[in-house]
Amino acid sequence: MTADSQAIVPTEEGTPVAGLAHDSRGGISNVILGMILFLASEIMFFSGLFAAYFSTRAANKPWPPEEFAHILNPFSLIIVATAILVISSFTCQFAVWAIRRGDRTGFLRNIGITFVLGIIFLVMQAIDYGILFGEGMTLGSGPFGTTYFTLTGFHGAHVFGGVLMLGVVLYRGMSGQFSAKHHDAVEAASLYWHFVDIVWILLFSILYFT
Amino acid sequence: MATHALAPGAQAYSRGTLYEWLTTTDHKKIGIMYVINSFVFFFIGGLLAMVVRTELAVPGLQILTDEHVYNEIFTMHATLMIFVFIIPMLAGLGNYAVPLMIGAPDMAFPRINALSFWMLPLGGILLMSSFLVGGAAAAGWTSYPPLSAEGPLKSPGPGQDLWIVALVLIGTSSILGAINFLVTMFKMRAPGMTLFRMPIMVWTVLVTSVLVLMATPVITSALVMLFIDRNYGGHFFDPFGGGSAVLYQNIFWFYSHPAVYVMVLPAMGVISEVLPVFSRKPLFGYKAFVFATAGIGALGFSVWAHHMFTTGAVFLPFFSFITFLIAVPTGVKMFNWVFTLFRGQLTFSTPLLFALGFLTMFLIGGINGAFSAAVPVDFALHDTYWVVAHLHYVLFGGSVFGVFAGVYYWFPKMSGRMLNEGLGKVQFVLMFIGFNLTFFPMHMLGLAGMPRRIADYASNVGWNDWNMAATIGGFMIAASMLPFLWNVFISLRTGKVAGDDPWEGNTLEWATSSPPPPYNFDHLPEIRSERPLFDARHGHPGH
Repeated sequence: MTADSQAIVPTEEGTPVAGLAHDSRGGISNVILGMILFLASEIMFFSGLFAAYFSTRAANKPWPPEEFAHILNPFSLIIVATAILVISSFTCQFAVWAIRRGDRTGFLRNIGITFVLGIIFLVMQAIDYGILFGEGMTLGSGPFGTTYFTLTGFHGAHVFGGVLMLGVVLYRGMSGQFSAKHHDAVEAASLYWHFVDIVWILLFSILYFT
Repeated sequence: MATHALAPGAQAYSRGTLYEWLTTTDHKKIGIMYVINSFVFFFIGGLLAMVVRTELAVPGLQILTDEHVYNEIFTMHATLMIFVFIIPMLAGLGNYAVPLMIGAPDMAFPRINALSFWMLPLGGILLMSSFLVGGAAAAGWTSYPPLSAEGPLKSPGPGQDLWIVALVLIGTSSILGAINFLVTMFKMRAPGMTLFRMPIMVWTVLVTSVLVLMATPVITSALVMLFIDRNYGGHFFDPFGGGSAVLYQNIFWFYSHPAVYVMVLPAMGVISEVLPVFSRKPLFGYKAFVFATAGIGALGFSVWAHHMFTTGAVFLPFFSFITFLIAVPTGVKMFNWVFTLFRGQLTFSTPLLFALGFLTMFLIGGINGAFSAAVPVDFALHDTYWVVAHLHYVLFGGSVFGVFAGVYYWFPKMSGRMLNEGLGKVQFVLMFIGFNLTFFPMHMLGLAGMPRRIADYASNVGWNDWNMAATIGGFMIAASMLPFLWNVFISLRTGKVAGDDPWEGNTLEWATSSPPPPYNFDHLPEIRSERPLFDARHGHPGH
């Protein structure tokens, strides 16, 4: 610019500034970046709970306490539930790949299966809670019960949130709102679903096998 | 302004004013509502502080008959000031300024932005409502168990639970706001606005957002565990049941130390905008400032246990060393600011006065904080009025002066009218003197051993004069709010019309009308530096 040119230089005619709202910079979409950042905050939330778990566990010997020595048996209903959640992560990703190709039928089938598997996981977790309650293990029964039910409970709440998200995606998918080009919500929901899956694998390994 | 460049339908229909404000997703209106809501709770929190100062003016119980009520009052004072005033106030200024400063039409997620805001009045009302249901939380803003645990002589009743729920709500609001800020900054900068051309205010909000994103969920986890302990018989923090009270302190401070940077970094951003404009110079050492801000953010995550030296449960040398280390990036910023002023052409308008107030008072707050970073000194000063002096010098002397600098600076942009300079200067002088009269004596009280959080003290231990001085100062601070309120009231009606750019600013918010139209800009100036308006005025890109 020369020294005498006037104050404000207009942007190129026909590039409305308001249009910048939507991904004009290219790269990752707003929605997916937002979800990734949200998951970062979720990781920190679970880190707080895990920190409390390890700290409590280190301070209480033996762990688990005598009364609940063999109560958490991994080779029971819970491993079936785990398998179901892991499989649902795969079907979720199949749905993403399908909609990226523009295959709406494959997308709907896979997201539907994921949705149902999520519900089945929640039902199985509820049954498992029932069994544990029956054997006298509750939130109030010492640090072992407190940490177990808090960690798995918050995970379950997140699965419930994920199921709601998948339900919305399924509903919107059935009304034809997604295409190969426009499916940010599907990608975001699948990221969240993989996240709850990974948290569960961590929880299952730590609570049941160590 | 012409609207041809706006998105179709941007101004297509009009709604009633009240309905429009209650349902708006415009970041400017939401930002203004943040500011108003924060000021409402600032005044409530201030009144509670007046009760505290009145009670402590002389030995004995004056206006309160029950020490427990005193505990409720100071707990709610701190909680309101921290969580419903200072953090949302800075988020609100950011909400208003950031999209304008980077040349964006709005935040990335406008409806989530509205949600973030509306959680705040709800949280504030929940906190205040606890006075009506058998007493507010009374375990201090830190709410350490076992003091905050359920039970007689601890914290019985719903007050503490309402406090937990309100804080989770406000924390969620912060997290959603942080995500919104980050996506807005990474994805919606105008063409030419590279990261290293972002105004410093935007950088400080960026680092603040990262801190909020990574730290706030951690206190949420502590709060839900406390809630489970209180209501469902949990044993996280109950030493008799196999839990650990120190665990709560660790998790709490893992959030709350980064949170003190959340409470001050955007205020540093405000004065880093104000100082260059009113000294007619660029900010000295832009990049050094950015890296110092990032450095403070990073170090902020490894100093939390300096709040817990006296527990005997933390590794003292490490946390002491890292705490001292934070003085380095903070010192860099002091140089940035002082050398921005150095040989500048200063205009002593009200925003600059408040920015200078920040600079000087924050310096004292930094130095008296470094005292308690030294472990042996901290053992003597822990939980005395020294700590109260320190935290008010950084949070009030720093952040609140910064907030007023920002309010005086952006009020013309928000409302289209200038605030009255004379009344602004009266407010500044009253507030500056009142502040120092209130909080400087607390250093002496702390050194003389007066513990914080007490309603009464003996009359023969030499604390009387300093306490009386602090109380007089407190009422001066309260009085300084009257010229401010009057100023806002008359300026909105009869204030001088501001025009687009009353201060000859550097950043993009001054390139649009005052107040800006929906979606902010018709056209943007060319962006070749961090001072696009300076470049446009003077015809050459900055350095």
